[in-house]
Amino acid sequence: MAFVQDAPKDSFRLSMLIYDTRYRSLTIQVVVLILFMLFLSWLLNNTIQNLAAKDRTFDFGFLLSRAGYDINQRLVEYTNDSTHARAAFIGLLNTLLSAVVGCILATIIGVVVGVLRLSNNWLVSRLMTVYVEMFRNVPVLLWILLAATILSETTPNPRDFRVTPEMQAAGEAPKATMLFGIIAVTNRGTDIPEPKFCVGKPREECDADPNEGGLGIIDLGIFKVSLNLLALLVVFGGSIFATRRLKRQADATQDATGVRPVTWWKNLLILVLPSAALLWALGLHFVVPELKGFNFAGGITVLHSFTALTLALALYTAAFIAEIVRAGIMAISRGQSEAAAALGLRPARTMRLVILPQALRVIIPPLISQYLNLTKNTSLAIAVSYMDLRGTLGGITLNQTGKELECMLLMMGIYLTISLIISSCMNIFNRAVRLKER
Amino acid sequence: MQEQLVFVRNQMLPPEAPPPGQKGIARWMRENLFSGPMNSALTLLGLLAVVWLALHVLPWLMHSVWNANSLNECRQIIQDRWGEGATGACWAMVRERWHQYLYGFYPQDMYWRPNLALLLLFAALAPVLFSSLPRKMLWITALYPATGFWLLWGGTIWAPVVAMMGFVVLWLVFTVLQPRLGVPVSAGIGVVAAAVWWMVLQAPMTDALQSLAPLRIRAVDSRDFGGFLLSFVIGVTAISASLPMGILLALGRKSDMLLVRTLSVGFIEFIRGVPLITLLFTASLLLQYFLPPETNFDIILRVIILVTFFAAAYIAEVIRGGLAALPRGQYEAADALGLDYWQAQRLIIMPQALKISIPGIVSSFIGLFKDTTLVAFVGLNDPLKGITQIVRADINWKGIYWEPYIFAGALFFLICFGMSRYSMWLERKLKTDHR
Repeated sequence: MAFVQDAPKDSFRLSMLIYDTRYRSLTIQVVVLILFMLFLSWLLNNTIQNLAAKDRTFDFGFLLSRAGYDINQRLVEYTNDSTHARAAFIGLLNTLLSAVVGCILATIIGVVVGVLRLSNNWLVSRLMTVYVEMFRNVPVLLWILLAATILSETTPNPRDFRVTPEMQAAGEAPKATMLFGIIAVTNRGTDIPEPKFCVGKPREECDADPNEGGLGIIDLGIFKVSLNLLALLVVFGGSIFATRRLKRQADATQDATGVRPVTWWKNLLILVLPSAALLWALGLHFVVPELKGFNFAGGITVLHSFTALTLALALYTAAFIAEIVRAGIMAISRGQSEAAAALGLRPARTMRLVILPQALRVIIPPLISQYLNLTKNTSLAIAVSYMDLRGTLGGITLNQTGKELECMLLMMGIYLTISLIISSCMNIFNRAVRLKER
Repeated sequence: MQEQLVFVRNQMLPPEAPPPGQKGIARWMRENLFSGPMNSALTLLGLLAVVWLALHVLPWLMHSVWNANSLNECRQIIQDRWGEGATGACWAMVRERWHQYLYGFYPQDMYWRPNLALLLLFAALAPVLFSSLPRKMLWITALYPATGFWLLWGGTIWAPVVAMMGFVVLWLVFTVLQPRLGVPVSAGIGVVAAAVWWMVLQAPMTDALQSLAPLRIRAVDSRDFGGFLLSFVIGVTAISASLPMGILLALGRKSDMLLVRTLSVGFIEFIRGVPLITLLFTASLLLQYFLPPETNFDIILRVIILVTFFAAAYIAEVIRGGLAALPRGQYEAADALGLDYWQAQRLIIMPQALKISIPGIVSSFIGLFKDTTLVAFVGLNDPLKGITQIVRADINWKGIYWEPYIFAGALFFLICFGMSRYSMWLERKLKTDHR
């Protein structure tokens, strides 16, 4: 019995574009591309029409015009005669300052809390659990607002620090005193001692000079670089390089003789001595804030807006970091530390050579994404009027110039760049510590 | 030999009582609090912290005042009752303003509407969360967007009804055309038909039905929404709308098609790379540029759209994690069974991937719920900053700060902590493997 089957037709039918898996993905992509292009041109068309209707143009020229507003915290030179671009730069630096200080604080608190939560001390682990749950389950905005309110409403006025001759005669203490005699927390900010350098001049002369003294500064155009800081960085970098050489030598000795030479005090000396000597040679001293008139003078004033924002973000993020650290340590099976003990490693070396490298592989990626979250959350500076990137570029500049589209796009672009840089760091790290499978 | 054995014990000795230091509270304390010098020091430090906190907080809490009309009156009462220099909590503020924290400026005589909407929300969520309930209850879930909207915003009943009829149109077109044209084409035509319905027929149909049968309740303006009502509206709408969008984005990111993958990655990374505040400002400042001239719609709706995009990007990453955690064998098994892409996703991949992602989804929801407080910066009355600002601007309550933040914070804590515990319970319940 012959069974004749039609050979499949090779001819192309239109329906094959949808039902034939060879062509389908191409069809879908073409449709998606067309829809996407339509959507984009719709957006562009709307934008152009709206801009025309509002009689506005799309250009970034305003960035080079005079800003005309003051910024109360500036890490590099800025006056209200500077440009909008420079104001945005100052804002970016403030954002980064808050983010970096916040990340460092959050890491320290988070690691301590995470480790203590695992401790077998009943009371301490319960307290840490309370801390973590309390901070994780309440919006970070609350912590920022609360910190700012407490700092501004419960701190004393500068005049409360004054000791008048009458009070001295009566033996009365002023209403407020400085912390350790050097830090003054007032309702205007926290005044801390300012480091000053002095070379070849009497100290009074240096202190009268508003610049930090010492080797001076070089002007790079966009911003000025302190030579003191540069010298310190060079010397400290040299010290680190020297300790690395010391470590390599110690490794070589250990390989040759089996005994590791004791290096910790040499390391300490190499790290501390040259920098200390340099600082002494530059005449480092601290100018303690003093009450003059109605306010404190000398020293550096740290704004409460900065303190509240950074502290609240650090405490909030630390609760998440604590959970990450805890999970990372718990992820390492007991067998690992037992195996290390069986090999004869001391507990400290077990931690450094066996546990940490494995735990870090689990800890670092979420840790970096917490850093990313913290950096993005610094935009909550708006709640305490801290002049960060959103306060300058996305706030006053936007309101003054009315360039909403340009300012917002630029601001998003900058935040996006910061995020992409941080996440590409994470990708590099992930690639470096990935399990090498063969 | 046997005879030489003098004594063989043939019953157990009664167990000795443990030495005094080895039992009861003494042992527990030694093991858990004072097991070494380091631990003892930590315990003492912890005790010190607890005692210090208690000394400061307890008197303040004990001296609570619930009946007063202003902060000054509160302080006066505290001074009279507990002497000069005593401090105390002034919960009278909460007693006077609690309804603003919960409902914002929603008209007081219509609080039953948001309350009913919340109840219905639980009824709508129940069949999704508990699979043992009858499947017919899913109809409540499907109809909830319309009923919830109508209850909260009020106005004519026909607007949400006609909007829901758009979905009926989609379904009708799809079922009629599907045998002839197949799934993709008929689904596409269905979507187009529904879009035409919403854009062209929505307004005239609503007006016609309203004039035929005038069924309406009092409309409430979006500006009157505030407090936890606003947080719930934004949070719940955004998370439920972002789930399907997040699933699609996650699938797009894992797709073989270059263009689809690029677009998904671009969207996700863009949204995740910028702070939510910039997106909210986009809602309030930039949407007027991107939408056709003369379109001007509700600020809450604009915020919800942007917050949905925000949540979708995060949910997409969570689901991508779930997809990546599935063993390859599952995909291969689906292929071996001859299932096509969507069947495989629906029947094999997604049930498992979503199950793995539940903790992540819930924690994104908690994060989103906390982030709804940021709408304060585009002029909406969120429970934390918006309402507290209004309270503190009142001359009677000027200078109050612990009480409003503690009240709002405690409510947030209860809701978020409850959700995280629920997700932990769900995770344990759904854990069917024995790894």
